[in-house]
Amino acid sequence: MTTSIVEIKQLSFARGERLIFDDVSISIPRGNITAIMGPSGTGKTTLLKLIAGQLTPSTGSVHVDGLNVHTLARADLFTLRQRMGMLFQSGALLTDLSVFENVALPLREHSKLPEVAIRQLVLMKLEAVGLRGAAWMMPSELSGGMSRRVALARAVALDPQMIFYDEPFAGQDPITMGVLVRLIRTLNDAMGLTSVVVTHDVDEVLSIADYAVVLSEGRVVSAGTTDALRASRDPWVKQFINGEADGPVPFNYPAPDYASDLWEAKR
Amino acid sequence: MNAWLEKKIIALGDGFMSIARAFGQGWLFMLLLVGALPASIVRVSAWIRQLYFAGVLSLPIILVAGLFVGMVLALQAYNILVNFNATETVGVMVALTLLRELGPVVAALLFAGRAASALTAEIGLMKSTEQLSALEMMGLDPFVRIFAPRFIAALIALPLLTMLFNVLGIFGGYLIGVEALGIDTGTFWSQMQAAVEWQEDVMGSVIKSLVFALVIAAIALFQGAQCLPTAEGVSMATTRTVVHSSLAVLGLDFVLTALMFD
Repeated sequence: MTTSIVEIKQLSFARGERLIFDDVSISIPRGNITAIMGPSGTGKTTLLKLIAGQLTPSTGSVHVDGLNVHTLARADLFTLRQRMGMLFQSGALLTDLSVFENVALPLREHSKLPEVAIRQLVLMKLEAVGLRGAAWMMPSELSGGMSRRVALARAVALDPQMIFYDEPFAGQDPITMGVLVRLIRTLNDAMGLTSVVVTHDVDEVLSIADYAVVLSEGRVVSAGTTDALRASRDPWVKQFINGEADGPVPFNYPAPDYASDLWEAKR
Repeated sequence: MNAWLEKKIIALGDGFMSIARAFGQGWLFMLLLVGALPASIVRVSAWIRQLYFAGVLSLPIILVAGLFVGMVLALQAYNILVNFNATETVGVMVALTLLRELGPVVAALLFAGRAASALTAEIGLMKSTEQLSALEMMGLDPFVRIFAPRFIAALIALPLLTMLFNVLGIFGGYLIGVEALGIDTGTFWSQMQAAVEWQEDVMGSVIKSLVFALVIAAIALFQGAQCLPTAEGVSMATTRTVVHSSLAVLGLDFVLTALMFD
């Protein structure tokens, strides 16, 4: 695909003895929202960290906007990251700075803008996530959903080309979830971003995503448009999307025979 | 037997490898830390703030401990020296013991317990709440913004704290020796003045505390950066910081003493 902004080729990654990715190739198209889904523990967050160059793969390569992330010098990598925004699961706001200062931080560090312009930009970003009124609060005074929205404002402060969401919906109430879903879509379209959403909240993410990649046990199970995913006949994909308790992924963890296990005195 | 031997050899190699890896990580960390120093020194407000946390907030414990150590030293010295009619050298003994050994060492141990443990816990918590990753993702180097300011602050704070510890210790010695036990004020101070060398004793004290500050801060920051991002991981890293830096201080003190006062 010529229009892909992130190109992952034959990527393998192991943590200790455990192989997390085994020969994974994914390409993420520019200007769209791509959902990366999979059960807990399939290394979705790890994948984001590999794309952002915070982790180094065992084999394979990751190209972002034509640059190989893992052969870049440290300084070049930091420059590349100014074109990426990431929304962390916890928000990851710096706890010793106010909401305003958190959003202003990337601007202060990477631009030579005068204070007036910084103030305007920060308030505009906060207005976009609906939290201009909370500009002078401290992170400890915010609810979980609010910190995530502030973190989102911070992630788009430098007008990045792409933004990565790490489990943006995890543990949020329905209203906050609705707000976040709408924000991801509007920000993507208004700013001409490329968004990557890592999640296992299938319904929410499929309502806004254009493309979807499903991971399981270190491999790509399915990749394509969301409509194609919904129409998939693959039993594994069907089980995952519909949230069925039993199927190719068994309900029971592998165990010895039930009856003999019950009657066996000790192992 | 063969399989047993094979297993042992593998375990031995594995042990060496993990030691080598830890050394490598440690040196790499130090390299990045030192590399970040120039960019960090110019951000004066960042390390001044840390200087407050590491230095000013450590003052009470350092001052109180210094006073009592000096008082105890004077008491013990008096009880021994009185048998030889040499009580006027109590001041000399208190001052030299403090400047050469107890000042730098005890201040460093207290600093490790009071400030370095807080450093590790703070950075460990920043790591587990992904604040360090967030900085990296904003294209901001955590070494410049987080680690180096704390390192600089420790390097400045501990020598100053050590000097204050020494001063309070000597004052404690004066309180017990002169005010309580009746040694002549004039001989107490003049003997001390004659015996203490600026270069060897006072500067030696500063050099020792500078080395200790370097080691303690490096251990604390490294443990914070390396800890597992869980509650248990942070608490274990904090404990390791105190244990490792205390042992390093005591071990290094012997080496430094051997080098400086041979």
